Amino acid sequence: MTKSVHQGQLESPVVDSIPALLNEAGVPTTEMSTVKGAARVLSVDSRFWAKAAAVMAENYVRWAAVWGEHASPDVLVKAVFAARDGHVLLCTSVQETGGALPSQTPFFPAANRPERTLQDMFGIRFADHPDQRRWLRHLAWSEDQFPLRKEFPLAGTPQRDTPPDCEYTFIPAEGEGLYEIPVGPVHAGIIEPGHFRFSAMGEDILNLEQHLGYVHKGIEKCAEGRDVQGLLRLAARVSGDSTVTHSWAACQACENAVGLTVPDRALAIRAILSERERIANHMGDIGACCNDVGFAFALVQFGRLRELWQRDSATVFGHRFMMDVVTVGGVTRDISPEHVALLQKAIVQLRKELNELIPMLCEYPSLQDRFRTTGILSPHVARTIGALGYVARASHEGWDMRRDAAYAPYQGVTVTVPTCKDGDTACRVRVRADELFVSLDLLDHFLSTLPAGKINAPFQPPQTACCGLGLVEGWRGETIAYVHLDKNGTVARYFPRDASWLNWPALEALIGGVIVPDFPLCNKSVNGSYSGHDV
Amino acid sequence: MTGWLFALVQTLCVVLFAPFLAGWVKWIKCKLQNRQGPAPWQPYRDLWRLSKKQVVLADVASPIFRAAPYIVFGATVVAASVLPIVSTQLPTAALADVIVLVGIFALTRFFLALAGMDVGTSFGGMGSSREVTLSSLAEPALLMTFFTLAMTVSSTNLSSAVAYLSQAHFTLAPSLIFSFMALLLVAVAETGRIPIDNPATHLELTMIHEAMILEYSGRHLLLMEWAAMLKLTLYSILIVNLIVPWGISLTLEPQAIALATVSVLGKLLVLGVLLAVSETSQAKMRLFRAPQYLGMAFILSLLGMMSHIILEVR
Repeated sequence: MTKSVHQGQLESPVVDSIPALLNEAGVPTTEMSTVKGAARVLSVDSRFWAKAAAVMAENYVRWAAVWGEHASPDVLVKAVFAARDGHVLLCTSVQETGGALPSQTPFFPAANRPERTLQDMFGIRFADHPDQRRWLRHLAWSEDQFPLRKEFPLAGTPQRDTPPDCEYTFIPAEGEGLYEIPVGPVHAGIIEPGHFRFSAMGEDILNLEQHLGYVHKGIEKCAEGRDVQGLLRLAARVSGDSTVTHSWAACQACENAVGLTVPDRALAIRAILSERERIANHMGDIGACCNDVGFAFALVQFGRLRELWQRDSATVFGHRFMMDVVTVGGVTRDISPEHVALLQKAIVQLRKELNELIPMLCEYPSLQDRFRTTGILSPHVARTIGALGYVARASHEGWDMRRDAAYAPYQGVTVTVPTCKDGDTACRVRVRADELFVSLDLLDHFLSTLPAGKINAPFQPPQTACCGLGLVEGWRGETIAYVHLDKNGTVARYFPRDASWLNWPALEALIGGVIVPDFPLCNKSVNGSYSGHDV
Repeated sequence: MTGWLFALVQTLCVVLFAPFLAGWVKWIKCKLQNRQGPAPWQPYRDLWRLSKKQVVLADVASPIFRAAPYIVFGATVVAASVLPIVSTQLPTAALADVIVLVGIFALTRFFLALAGMDVGTSFGGMGSSREVTLSSLAEPALLMTFFTLAMTVSSTNLSSAVAYLSQAHFTLAPSLIFSFMALLLVAVAETGRIPIDNPATHLELTMIHEAMILEYSGRHLLLMEWAAMLKLTLYSILIVNLIVPWGISLTLEPQAIALATVSVLGKLLVLGVLLAVSETSQAKMRLFRAPQYLGMAFILSLLGMMSHIILEVR
């Protein structure tokens, strides 16, 4: 069932060939070194913004992120693209007043929501964007206010009551027997808020539209003016279940910006934290998927395993989710030899239990009857929308930075990337199960080869302003952080991009043809983060 | 006169026992999943809590919405009063035969579905639509089962049927085996248990029974919940008294009644364990798989009827 062929990636070019590809197609680029990090930085004129995207799309380069930065009188816009073996950062700038950029959405559907967010936050226009509705802007701030511009006050200008959000127009359901089902943002269970609007014909879902942003916390704005430690406190809280991932990405960005070398031992500990986070979340997800089809036995079993796992995390790292352990320059907690033994014992125990549970679940008829053929995301669609992590891998798109663009300490380590072909819920559960074993092996490796030495290198505030990019493969998939530090070391701009930005649209895409009562299962199998998306 | 008094007490006891059976099944399920679980009498606490809560009504709720809990609960209590539980000497049994019993359940369902649609939420409407779809498939199977039974015992009166079955020589009549298999399948569907519906779910989009009562609160919700537990108990009693009727009292003698009470309680608790095992060991079915499941129930009941006509009619 699982193979390691990944079509989309094989067809995409290597990073080093991209400048030539762009130049050949008539897109003049300039190599830059303003943003430090693993990505190749290219600057293009704003007129060529869409043309560059078109060239990338033709060559099967994957779209990853776009964000802006206010530098009056301009707004600097940066976009990240992923090639086979690494990333390209494309930079341009537009005027803040009346500035317009050609949209990349016609070539990359994934750019749709991020570009609308840029419009909401910075007031620049994407002239030929096919969807001109707002995205993250709810009614707490008015249409002519742009929160991420420097002059916008941190506290905002909130009214006493936020007016109800009734104006957002969903694609209307029209026709005989068609009806709309509004769900959320308040749900019956204890989950995060988000609105789903279904157009349904009887029990068949014809279309799903999401409306997110209900947990917008203003993290990007809050980060401005903080010192690096303050930034890390924020980054750890972008999405609680990905706290290690986002902390690591933010740290990598800061370290790249100032050129700080992290001790080997700290890097290995970061990888241990990250793999532990992956294992805990995958176990929780597998159990929750089973519970959504009324199979509570699996929920309880995986709940138990996850709890034991997190208690070990609390013992060794002082926090069940390992929050605030990753810090700039290294980590805050060392692992003592006794704790290494404890963690190794837990791995042996968990592997034994999973070896009993997973084969049973993968062959359990009433469970697999619900999972198989439910919510199919075809490889073609997965590639088109640029899905990430287990969602992409279940649809035969095996992107994984730990292997393709390995960052320390994954360089020289063999990372197996399990993939499936069918793209249904069964595959998304299966890929998670397979990744559990891969992560256990990686944990074994990092624990047994834990280098000696310091766990922290002192962070010196930079003498000049500098920017850095962090790229980390979190448990949800590729996670990006961009940090711009002022000359006195305070944060001028922080941008975290959770994998959920690309996986929420995947949920919309895979839901066509699914019946209404199967939606919760599909939603859980994708498990996008509301908080990570809404920042 | 004693008979009527007995029937009254018996009905009261069943109504009071129903929450325990629901709690028992839940408790056994928790034990099977290695969980502590709430005590079997937790439903009593829940009902007590609901009784003290305020009723919140939607602005658009019609009198039907307010009347439905009383109708549903009342009709279910009436059903409880005509069922032979510990004795077949039941004067109330003459009030309603099996066909009326199916009718009473249909009445409760009708008002449940109306109430689900009444306030106009999409979840309630979906729940009603699903409930009606499934019960339109379950009811024929249930009726067919009862017809086969009626032909075997030459009566549609439940008391006479149970009395006949408990006295008859033990034979493996194929017609009854098929019919009882159908009855089991239908009972699971009608009481909203896994694999058809999940009584423990919080996912609005997957609910059937819970979706219809989503808008209820306070004493209205209390009555709806209690009626659902009572329905589970009634179906359980129907199953144990038809499939394993031995032990039921044929008279109203105190000793025989006491013995019969113990035996039926024991049988119900065992059935509760079986239900819990079945619910723990399978996932809920895809909604569109449910018609196949109920189609299976209908075919079994039809087989029962046919084998009765072909093999057993002399």
